[in-house]
Amino acid sequence: MRELEYPFNSEYILKNSKKLRRALLGQEGARIKKKIAVLGGSTTHDIVRILELFLLEQGIEPEFYESEYGQYFQDAMFSNEELNAFGPDVIYIHTSNRNIVRYPEPGDGREKVEAILEEQYRHFVMMWDKLEADYHCPVIQNNFEYPFYRLQGNQDGAGISGRTRFLTRLNERFYQYGESHGNFYINDINYMSSAYGLDKWSDPFYWHMYKYCLCMQAIPEFAYNLSNIIKAIFGKNKKAFVLDLDNTLWGGVVGDDGAENLEIGQETSMGQVYAEFQSYIKAHKDIGIMLNVNSKNEEENALAGLNHPEGVLRPEDFIIIKANWEPKSKNMEEIAAELNVLPESLVFVDDNPAEREIVRRQMPGTAVPEIDRPEHYIHVLDRSGFFEVTRLSEDDRKRSDMYQANRMREKQLSSFADYGEYLKSLEMKAVIRPFEPMYMARIAQLTNKSNQFNLTTKRYTQGEIEQAAASADCITLYGKLEDKFGDNGVVSVVIGHKKETSLHIDLWIMSCRVLKRDMEYAMMDRLTEEARQAGIAEIIGYYYPTAKNHMVENFYELQGFTKTAEDEQGNTVWEYKIPDSYTKKNRYIEIC
Amino acid sequence: MTREEVFATLNEVFQDVFDDESITVNEETTADDIEDWDSLEHINLIAAVEQEFGMKFTMGQVVTMKNVGEMADIIMSQIED
Repeated sequence: MRELEYPFNSEYILKNSKKLRRALLGQEGARIKKKIAVLGGSTTHDIVRILELFLLEQGIEPEFYESEYGQYFQDAMFSNEELNAFGPDVIYIHTSNRNIVRYPEPGDGREKVEAILEEQYRHFVMMWDKLEADYHCPVIQNNFEYPFYRLQGNQDGAGISGRTRFLTRLNERFYQYGESHGNFYINDINYMSSAYGLDKWSDPFYWHMYKYCLCMQAIPEFAYNLSNIIKAIFGKNKKAFVLDLDNTLWGGVVGDDGAENLEIGQETSMGQVYAEFQSYIKAHKDIGIMLNVNSKNEEENALAGLNHPEGVLRPEDFIIIKANWEPKSKNMEEIAAELNVLPESLVFVDDNPAEREIVRRQMPGTAVPEIDRPEHYIHVLDRSGFFEVTRLSEDDRKRSDMYQANRMREKQLSSFADYGEYLKSLEMKAVIRPFEPMYMARIAQLTNKSNQFNLTTKRYTQGEIEQAAASADCITLYGKLEDKFGDNGVVSVVIGHKKETSLHIDLWIMSCRVLKRDMEYAMMDRLTEEARQAGIAEIIGYYYPTAKNHMVENFYELQGFTKTAEDEQGNTVWEYKIPDSYTKKNRYIEIC
Repeated sequence: MTREEVFATLNEVFQDVFDDESITVNEETTADDIEDWDSLEHINLIAAVEQEFGMKFTMGQVVTMKNVGEMADIIMSQIED
C-alpha cells in the first residue's frame, strides 16, 4: 500500500489509521499470525495502533498484548497469568530515558557513577533474563535517546557525571548484552530520535499531557523502524536488489552519451553522488544481498558503463545482468526465477517513474521505492529497512559468492550430457549432524526464510531451535554442503519428535539453491540411521500446502513413504516403516 | 477563515479520525457525544486538528478546553494572528 511505503506522510497515517487498517484487512494474500507483547514504560496506545498497520503491510497479522501503563517491569518479573496465556512470539520493551530512576549527580566520581550505572543496568538484565527463561522468544529492547536538556552543557556528554554520558554508557552495556544473547534485539531510538530531531522528538508536551516519551508525529517513523526488526526476525526481509543503470547508478545514458561521458567518479559533484551510491549498493554484498541489473540497453553498453574506470561497481559484483529491450517486468520475473527467490524478495530501483509503475503492477509484492533526486537515493533505500540485519551469519557474507558459484555450476551443467556425470564432477561433500551451537542462528534463519522447499512451514525462533537441540525427545539434523565451486553453508534442516516407536517430522526444509543435488536423499539416509539408533520403527511425515510449497507436494512419496491420510485442504500424512536393510538413496555426495 | 469554515474543516478531521462519515460537530459537542472519543483517541484528534490548521495548542489550552466550540475559539484566535 503506497501510503505505508517509505517515505510516507506521517500525519496522513496518524489521522487515517482506521481507514488504512480496514483497507489492509480487506486485502487478499496470506499473512503470518504473530503474537506481540508490548511492555511499556510509557504510553503505548498509538504506537500499537500504527505498528499494526506497518506489520500488516509487511505480511504479518499481529495480535497484541499491551501492559497496563508503565508496568513493563512488573509484567516481566512477577508471575503473569495473562501474559503466560497469551504466549508471545516476540516481546517488545518500550522504555526511554524517562524510565531511568537514578542518574549521577554533578561532581560524582568515577566509582560512584560506576555503581549507579551497574544498578540501572541490573534492573534491565534481571528482566531480560527472566523473560528469556519464561518465554524463550525474541526480545526487542529500546536503547535510550539523549536527554532533552543538558545541565552541564557540553560537559554533559563528556564529563563522567553527565547524564548524556551516562546514557551513552548504559546504551553500550545494552549492546554488550546483545552480543552474548542471540535472541535479543535493540530498537535504536537513539538514532531515530537524532535523525528526527531530538527537540521535536522529546517535546515535553507529549510527556506531561499523555505520558508519551516521544511526540505523536514521530510515531509512524518510530513504528516503521520497529516493524522492520519484527519482520526481519520472522524472515520477511528482502534478499536482492534489481537495479536500473542510466541515471540510477550513473548520470547520463550510456547508449547515447558513451561510457566515457557518464557522470561517475570524483570529477564532478554529480559524479561523486553516483559514486557514493555505487559504494552503498556494493556494500550490500557484505550483508548477503544479491545485486542484479535490469536495464534497457545493449548489453555491450551496459558492460562498458559498469567497467567505467571511476565506477565502484563492476560486472562481477552482479549475479544477473539483464540489459535488453524487453519490458522490465518480464526481466524481473526471469531474475526471480533464475535466483530461485519470490518476487516479494526483490527491491527494484529505477529513476524512471514509468518503469516503476510497470513493475509495481506486474510484480505484486516486489518493493519499488519512490526515489527522486540522486542525492536522496541512499536515504530512501536505507530508511526503508528492506534488509534489516538481525544476525549476520557467515553465509550472509558469502551469499553472493555462493550464487556466483551456482551460475558456474549451471554453465558446467550445459557441457555434460548426463546429469549424473555432472553431479559427480561437482565433487560434493556434506556434513549432516544433530544441531550444533555454532549453527543455531543460521538454522533459525533458514526456518524463517524457506517457503518453497518447506513441508510444514513451521517457523522457529533461535530459542526454540536451541530447545529442540537440547530435548531428548527430538531428533534434529542440519546439513551443510560443499562442492568444488564453493561452500553452500547450512542448506537443510530436519526436526522430528519421538512418540513411542514413531518419529513425527515437524520440519523438513532445504534451500532451493541445492535442489536436485541428492542432498534431500543424503538427509533421508542420515535421518533413517538416527531413527533406527533411537529405536524408532516408523517415520511419520506431514505436508501442509501453502501458496508457495507445491514443489514438495510429493516429496515423501519420492522418499518411499506411503500416504495414510489426506483432508479437504490437501494436508497429507505419510508413513515410512524403516526396513531391516536400508539402501542409501544418496549416490553423489560424500558424507564427512 | 469564518467560524462556519472552521467547523466545516473540523467535521472532516473528526470524520477521518473516528472513521465515521456521519459525524457532525457543533459548538456544544463534547467527548460524551462521540462514541470512540476517549482520552487516548483525544491525543490523536488534537494532533490531527493541529496539523490541519497549521497551529499548536498549548498544554493549558488542551487541559481546559470544554467542547468543540472552545476548540474553534482557540483555532480562530491562532490563525488570525
